[in-house]
Amino acid sequence: MYSHGSESLIKQAREIQEPELQKFYSRIAKLLQGREYGHETIDSLQRLYLILSATKYTRMLPSELQKRLLSLLLSSSVEQLQVLCSAVLRETLPPSGQELNFNQDTSSLLSSHAAVLLLSQTGSRGDLSCLSAQLLRSLEGRPSEGPAHSLTHTLPIINTILTHSPECLTEDHVTLLSKKLVDWLRYASIQQGGGASSGGFFTGPRSRQPGPIAELDGTVSGDFFTVLCVGQGFTEDQWMNVYSFSMLRHWLLTYNSTSGGHTTGDTDDRSEVDGSVVSMVSATSSSSRLLPPKERLREKAFQYCQRLIEQSDRKAQKRTDTELQKACLVEAVCILDSVCVEDASLVYRAFPCVKALYGRLSSDLSFARVLLPIAQFYLNHGEMAAVDCECVWKLVFGRFPAELFNDHFLAHELLQFLRQNLGNLQLRVPQYISSFPNLLKFLAWDSPAVVDDFVDLLPSLVTAGTAVELLHSLLDLPCLSATLVLQLRSMYFPISEPGGRGLLSLEAFRSPSYRGLFLFLLRGEAGSGDTIARLNKLHELLAEAVDWARVVQCAQTVPVLLHVYFNTVITVADEKLLAQLILVLLERSSLLFNIPKYIKEIHRVFSCHLLRLCKLRPSLVVDQSHELLEFAGTTANVFSKEDVFTHVVWVLGEYLSVSSDSRCSVELITSCFESLEAVLFEVTSSAPPPGEAHAAPRVITSLMSALAKLASRSHDLIPRVSLFLSKLRTVTRGGSVPWCSNEEDIAAVVTRGEELWSLLKVPSVAQIVLTPPPHVTTPQWHRDTNAAMPLQLRALTSLTQSH
Amino acid sequence: MVHCFLIHTICPINVLGAGESRVLYSRVFGPDENTLDGDLGPEERRLLQKEKLLVVARQVRSAVALSREASGQVVVETVPGEEGVALMEADSGVLRLRAGDPFSGERSALWLGIQSLGFTLVCEPHENLLLAEGTLRNLARHCLEHLHMLASGSEVLLKSDRIDVLLSRLLPHGQLLFLNHRFVQSLEKEVTAYMAK
Repeated sequence: MYSHGSESLIKQAREIQEPELQKFYSRIAKLLQGREYGHETIDSLQRLYLILSATKYTRMLPSELQKRLLSLLLSSSVEQLQVLCSAVLRETLPPSGQELNFNQDTSSLLSSHAAVLLLSQTGSRGDLSCLSAQLLRSLEGRPSEGPAHSLTHTLPIINTILTHSPECLTEDHVTLLSKKLVDWLRYASIQQGGGASSGGFFTGPRSRQPGPIAELDGTVSGDFFTVLCVGQGFTEDQWMNVYSFSMLRHWLLTYNSTSGGHTTGDTDDRSEVDGSVVSMVSATSSSSRLLPPKERLREKAFQYCQRLIEQSDRKAQKRTDTELQKACLVEAVCILDSVCVEDASLVYRAFPCVKALYGRLSSDLSFARVLLPIAQFYLNHGEMAAVDCECVWKLVFGRFPAELFNDHFLAHELLQFLRQNLGNLQLRVPQYISSFPNLLKFLAWDSPAVVDDFVDLLPSLVTAGTAVELLHSLLDLPCLSATLVLQLRSMYFPISEPGGRGLLSLEAFRSPSYRGLFLFLLRGEAGSGDTIARLNKLHELLAEAVDWARVVQCAQTVPVLLHVYFNTVITVADEKLLAQLILVLLERSSLLFNIPKYIKEIHRVFSCHLLRLCKLRPSLVVDQSHELLEFAGTTANVFSKEDVFTHVVWVLGEYLSVSSDSRCSVELITSCFESLEAVLFEVTSSAPPPGEAHAAPRVITSLMSALAKLASRSHDLIPRVSLFLSKLRTVTRGGSVPWCSNEEDIAAVVTRGEELWSLLKVPSVAQIVLTPPPHVTTPQWHRDTNAAMPLQLRALTSLTQSH
Repeated sequence: MVHCFLIHTICPINVLGAGESRVLYSRVFGPDENTLDGDLGPEERRLLQKEKLLVVARQVRSAVALSREASGQVVVETVPGEEGVALMEADSGVLRLRAGDPFSGERSALWLGIQSLGFTLVCEPHENLLLAEGTLRNLARHCLEHLHMLASGSEVLLKSDRIDVLLSRLLPHGQLLFLNHRFVQSLEKEVTAYMAK
């Protein structure tokens, strides 16, 4: 599809030299002087466009050429010329002083393509206001004056202006347009436009007798015209009906929210009075003429949406129309929602309609995306209408993630729904938090697309009740990913292939003896246990999944989410929970799915947060000393979990002291010392076990430092450390050692050893250096009267000296 | 409101770095968002806009690559005449563009990946994505047919006015339209008439 030809064209367009370009400009100018425009002119214009658009740096046209193109754009009746001139002019800048004049009255006949140029060149909000004023003036006039096109593109232009600066339309404009919209939406012609052969907007009186419009299933239409009505041809106001509905939601959202914000003081009283008046009046549509324009538009929008919902129940004859019906349902429910937000009295009329729709669609998963706006409606208005929303949440948090996790669009929309309603959901929908195992399925399936959403959502899922289970679930995310793949495969290929080419993991997935393991991963709700006992077995069964692309992508997102998790959990966890989390860290560091690099990454995250947790609550170390010691006393951990081991050792050395926690006893310090000492002996006396690399020097130095720190707190231990350190120095002087191959590393270890040894020769100094009292580690220089004085003097001196 | 429509490459290109994408067609609807708030000169604004579109193209490219990798789908080349097949086998998805990355507000980028080219619509977050999806597929189908994109020609670069006209009918000024098959037929007639010239 994309060929070398295209690539070289772009290259040529970018690298065209200035003289050649100028020649090209003058050739085009000459071509455009004639009256007739043949293929050569068109081709040249197209090449000119390519040259201008291929580079991100602006090229300026000679001003004569610019003027000629502009006049062609505004005056030519050949659409191709208009399109090309508009495109070319958009890719360049007008010479200063020649910007399009927004006050020209001629723009009432502005073609769509000229309008495109105008919009792209607006310099300010003032320009947009002028343009919108002109457009509305052209709408006010009799429609059949200009060419048909000039009217229909008015609404999209106004919608664009609204998007960028809604204040460009004045109150009068808004009123005018509201009235027009009501006319087009509710009172468009219900006869077909004849003259289908012309394909245009206008019907002439000479065309054959038009019949009434029809519904999508072929039956004759019995009510007003909507986007779901068909005919042989269409009248102009029927086209305007389509354009009006297409921008209706945006219009209502933009102007409804500003309408209520004018008077802050007595808004409540006003709305109460108005509300009661409106609810009486809106019951009978004939008297809705008495409503002010905005409210009348709201009422008509309401009716239009109700009609669309009813029309969507019909069986359309074409597939594209069925898709349109779904889109219309989404739009209709969203409009009903925003209309009800503005005028709460409409809720009682809207709810039966929406509830009936829900009943119709809730069992059909192909309408899942339509059910999301319905869920939004229930969330916004369910309480007010005193409707039970349980079934809706069961669907949204239960069936959707469980059965439709692989629908990209549903995932995107559901997660967006969660993000936008987070506050409300946390308050009123307890199923949200308890269904996190289900929600994680979206992440496990399509991590790159939704990880961004989960970075935003994860903090809300971290609560004291769910923290531990959530941590396990996050660590097992790659396994969940593999399981979902297997689940889908199992569905598509229900019978095992006889040739034995099937996957082992698929066999395991189907086998009843391992069912429980997979079912736990696939659970929909939290609360049935933190994790499974046979996690090792599960990892074994899924071993061939470690190089599946989906699983690998999932594994890459887990570290990011763990960081988010830990950052949040320290804000909600008490000491007990933090202690539990440390245990989970230690336990899971050896129980991770064996994807290359995954284990190392997770260990790194663990180490980082173990450090943070212990820094935050130093007493945790003494509290969990038993488990930490068990971990640190296992020599195998030096090699298989180096990162975590190093940090555990560091944490023990740093915080196992009386100043962190008064429960720290001499016996505890001694037993810790002995465990670490044993490991250090083992590591430095022999070669690493077969298959393992040498222990990094960092591990050894941190062990030595930890021992020194512990010794500084219990001075009887100092001789033992000193003895070891001097032995170490002697041994390494002999040359190579079995536990380290690199000379530089050995030197680093020995240097540290010597530093510690000399420090420990003076125990009181060692104590202060290795176990500094709190006021040294958390300096508050500005508050300390001894330290503040020099600072103040220095400040004063520098001030006086600068004069 | 659709913010912009892009046609760009989603396959590796020799002369570009890995992960880079070549934008073959871009169209931004409405006034430049940088105009109304910033105080950049017009040239800088255009440069900034082009850069932002390039960022979107790159992000979509990597999203498509990851999606194809995960699904293990092999991209099958189709020949001209098989536009329907190409469209049916296309990957599609939606990407969230955070506020500031690269547009000032949050956007959603809807993409359709047909072999080595991607078609992307950048919409406001509250847009009706069902409608946008249908519109994008329709646009892609017309582009494939009228610009013979399954062949190895360069019409997408040299006949971009056809895409402009297509957009002016099916997505005027970025407005998504609720068109039933009759309305679509009527607009397609106009488009075909234009393409025949």
